[in-house]
Amino acid sequence: MSDIKEIIGKICPDATFEEGGCLLVNVPEKKWYPLAKSLKENKDLDFDVLSAVVGMDWKETIGVVYYLTSTSHNWGMVAVKVEAENRDDAYIHSVSDLWKVANFQEREVYDMFGIKFINHPDMRRFFLRNDWVGHPLRKDYDANPELNPIRLEDEKNEDDSRVFVEDADGKIKEEPRKVFNEDEYVVNIGPQHPSTHGVMRFRASLDGEIVKKVDVVSGYIHRGIEKLTEGMTYPQILHFTDRMDYMSAHQNRHCLCACIEKAMGLEIPKRAQVIRTMMDELMRISSHLLSFGCTAMDLGATTAFFYGFREREMVLDIFEKTCGARMSMNYNVIGGVIADLHPDFVKDVKHLIEIMPERLKEYHKVFSGNLIAKNRLKGVGMLSKEDAINYAITGPSGRGSNWSCDCRKKHPYAAYADVEFDEVLLDGCDSYSRYMVRMKEIEQSCRILEQLVDRIPEGDIRAQVPKIIKLPAGRWYQQVEASRGTFGVYIESTGEKNPYRVHFQSPCFNLVGVMDLTCSGYMIADLITIGAALDFVIPDIDR
Amino acid sequence: MFDFGKWTSAFNSLLLGTGMPEWAAVLIECVIIAVLVLATYIVLALFYILYERKLCAWFQCRLGPMRVGKWGLLQVFADMFKILIKELICLKGTDRFLFKLAPYIVITSSVTMLACLPWGNGLQIIDWNIGIFFILAVSSVGVLGILLAGWASNNKYTLIGAMRSGAQMISYELSLGISLMTICVFAGTMNISELVAEQESAWFLFRGHIPAIIAFIIYVIAATAETNRGPFDLPEAEHELTAGYHTEYSGIHFGFFYLAEYLNLFIVSGIATLMFLGGWMPLHIPGWEAFNNIMNYIPSIVWFLAKAFFISFVIIWFKWTFPRVRIDQMLAFEWKYLMPFSLANLILMAVFVALGWHF
Amino acid sequence: MGVDKIKSMTREDFKDNEYIDKLVDELNATGANVVVGKFDELINWGISNSLWPLCFGTSCCAIEFMSLGAARYDMARFGFEVARNSPRQADYVMVQGTIVHRMAPVMRRLYEQLAEPKYVIACGGCAVSGGPFKNSYCVVPGVDQILPVDVYIPGCPPRPEAMFYGLMQLQRKIKVQKFFGGTNRKEKIEEFFAEHPEERGEIG
Repeated sequence: MSDIKEIIGKICPDATFEEGGCLLVNVPEKKWYPLAKSLKENKDLDFDVLSAVVGMDWKETIGVVYYLTSTSHNWGMVAVKVEAENRDDAYIHSVSDLWKVANFQEREVYDMFGIKFINHPDMRRFFLRNDWVGHPLRKDYDANPELNPIRLEDEKNEDDSRVFVEDADGKIKEEPRKVFNEDEYVVNIGPQHPSTHGVMRFRASLDGEIVKKVDVVSGYIHRGIEKLTEGMTYPQILHFTDRMDYMSAHQNRHCLCACIEKAMGLEIPKRAQVIRTMMDELMRISSHLLSFGCTAMDLGATTAFFYGFREREMVLDIFEKTCGARMSMNYNVIGGVIADLHPDFVKDVKHLIEIMPERLKEYHKVFSGNLIAKNRLKGVGMLSKEDAINYAITGPSGRGSNWSCDCRKKHPYAAYADVEFDEVLLDGCDSYSRYMVRMKEIEQSCRILEQLVDRIPEGDIRAQVPKIIKLPAGRWYQQVEASRGTFGVYIESTGEKNPYRVHFQSPCFNLVGVMDLTCSGYMIADLITIGAALDFVIPDIDR
Repeated sequence: MFDFGKWTSAFNSLLLGTGMPEWAAVLIECVIIAVLVLATYIVLALFYILYERKLCAWFQCRLGPMRVGKWGLLQVFADMFKILIKELICLKGTDRFLFKLAPYIVITSSVTMLACLPWGNGLQIIDWNIGIFFILAVSSVGVLGILLAGWASNNKYTLIGAMRSGAQMISYELSLGISLMTICVFAGTMNISELVAEQESAWFLFRGHIPAIIAFIIYVIAATAETNRGPFDLPEAEHELTAGYHTEYSGIHFGFFYLAEYLNLFIVSGIATLMFLGGWMPLHIPGWEAFNNIMNYIPSIVWFLAKAFFISFVIIWFKWTFPRVRIDQMLAFEWKYLMPFSLANLILMAVFVALGWHF
Repeated sequence: MGVDKIKSMTREDFKDNEYIDKLVDELNATGANVVVGKFDELINWGISNSLWPLCFGTSCCAIEFMSLGAARYDMARFGFEVARNSPRQADYVMVQGTIVHRMAPVMRRLYEQLAEPKYVIACGGCAVSGGPFKNSYCVVPGVDQILPVDVYIPGCPPRPEAMFYGLMQLQRKIKVQKFFGGTNRKEKIEEFFAEHPEERGEIG
């Protein structure tokens, strides 16, 4: 850690440092872009992954916290705090040319906080309508519903974008841009479309059947969870995570609980840890089965979809017996889990582990072993390892591009340190590899379950927690490997019983960012299969 | 074998016996036949909808329709009543005339083809010397309806769907036609009743052995593509183009497309039955007189329908098993593999016929 | 069925739907012409048994809807399975999930694109009332703010059984509508033209 400080101090003498959960570097706005460039390009530092971009409003100032990690060096996360100079007309230099993932992240920050990013290629709103008044996550946001009534007319000027450029003497001016030219044949896919897996909207410019460019229009299920959390106590905000990526409900909630527990310094009973791990893996199986089904269905193999759902129902039965619900289980709580395991749990899990390998073979026979399916998936939607890192594509999609990005291996949490499993890596970089990673991860999940199912320790399922949970002042960032990638939770507290700011760094947000890159040059039918193989869940993107 | 021709000629003489002029008798007969064809069309289409839904449920470990009527038999009637009273929406910016014309073109083409099929011994409406040729020609008219539907809707999805459909049907028509021509070369006729009569000793599939079997396989693949069914269901690829060329159609206009889709399935199965499996001819094995006589007791119409339903079963099985191909893969498959193969097969058949290497 | 009975509804009461069926009969008994009445019955039988859904889901409820279609619950048994992707061909839209401000115009337009007769089911807490996100700045608090809703299915997400119950309630509701006699469809259209005079002549 100290050498990072030294190197950063050399590059940018104005930087100040704060120790905490992880190293925080305070940088003045003017110095931020050069520092970012050297953080990325300096071989001693090599921070090539931008894990999270968190917009912040500290009442006096407004700014962004960037969380960076490195794939080559084994130092932990480093946060960089950049404050804009003027609160009401805030500008920060964009880093979207260094880390491509920042493209959408910065648009989100602009949408929520009104911070404009200089040199960002496409400074439009991301989640809210383009005629929305105000920026909701600012502390001075006017929540008067009359300003933003439910509008039933369509948005105007969808093709208008803009760029903020800084000229030689530091003056910032706005330049209009067009997303699509007048003469392009733009097909609108979504928001109501059977294959966008929810209400995502893609505007694809076509040349015949070939996709030239994809414009992602998000926000059709943006529910403002981050704003809602600010008015709630910690136990109250837990249920939102189940409804974000509903296919990773347990993992997401696990992450939020773990973040709060980390801040409280709470020790979790061993039994709860093991139960959490098992539930996470069951959730992963259920999620990958759904993903299998949807991929098959998007390719037109409807029957395979039903096969995937058949086994998924078994997992849901296990959940239902213990948690009392098929979806939105609300099972993890701060300090442990809410209820003890059902007596049938061990038996049911063993049964699932027993039949799963055979069923996986059946899937392969029915769907992925088929020549047509192979031809549709192989060599389609190429995403190189460098791009995967640059776009911070984690989870099965990142591992399909041979990037070892599994949180469970890198920073083992819960009971993952005690179990043996392989991180599935494939180097095909195409849709087929992503699909195969998922199928193989089901095997690995079964392996983890097999090791744990007979070793669930006795003891409490919940640690003692105070009635009113208050976090000390500070900021925390916690990551968990969800079904679709690394899920991060950022909490900033001022010592009150409700959080000052909560940010969810969802894996699907990054996944949708590569749609343009992966789909360009392929056919419109491939756009659907690429989307299916990336497997994003829209409420997780929009939050 | 019972000859339905006796009934029809008896009816004809009955009409003439009442002393009416011949043209009046023919007119009455035409009207009756038209009504019968349309009724058969509806009944068959409804049957096929249920047939597919039940089969699909069976493949997918489900039950399928079972609540409306016994075993869900009335399900399709419920659908029919519903679709009849559904609102017909005609949109702003569409070509109103073509938009409304398109479903009728599609349905007319499939009704006409239905009239050409040999239903049973003496049960055939149109029978002339270019029978197969006529069927092929009429089937191409259906494409026009689909293209018009896609164009007139003024919608990008329907347009892409229609263009895909056009490209697909025109391409696959080639190998479809060539595989049928292979059999025509073998039989030496295009007349439908003669084709059936030729198969009295044994079906063409067995008589023509190797080239006939190859032609049969090519025909089934091409027919699947011709009827826009999976894995070649690109024109209405639901997961890409919402509903393809009929996205903007509602009510009975959509119902026409829906019915025509199922009926076309029956028709291609019927043609396969006619060309390869002996039409209404029972299964005859040369030399096994007793067996052949028993087979003759099964009415000819049952033979025809059973064979057609069996081929449809195979095509439905394709749909619910295979993933969908992509447009370029589909066209490459036709032009690079299927068409050269069928041409080679045609030559092979000609050689076989010339040298008499058949039964 | 009094209010007090709902308060202490026992498990058995959930199985008892006779009162609803009686209600249906009662409503249908109001002196319609025999022929017209029979036609209505036939058509209502057709519509209620052939409800084709529009594939429309925004969040978790959509996954439960997929389970509804999958082998264990199999909505095909009731003839609900022909899920159409084009709103023109669907009979009802089941709003599965939260509707937010950006989605509202799209949702409204989807509803307008459905061909008559059309129905709306609000499925899940979010569609019923905004659910856990009711207080958010950009969530429509209940889809009934923008669409006329026929049936509400509470739950977060509702179990597939609950969805079946909701669909059957819709079937019962359809059984009391009048296609020939009694409805004011003409009036409805006239009302629409009064509001939008510019559309007259455009709709064929």
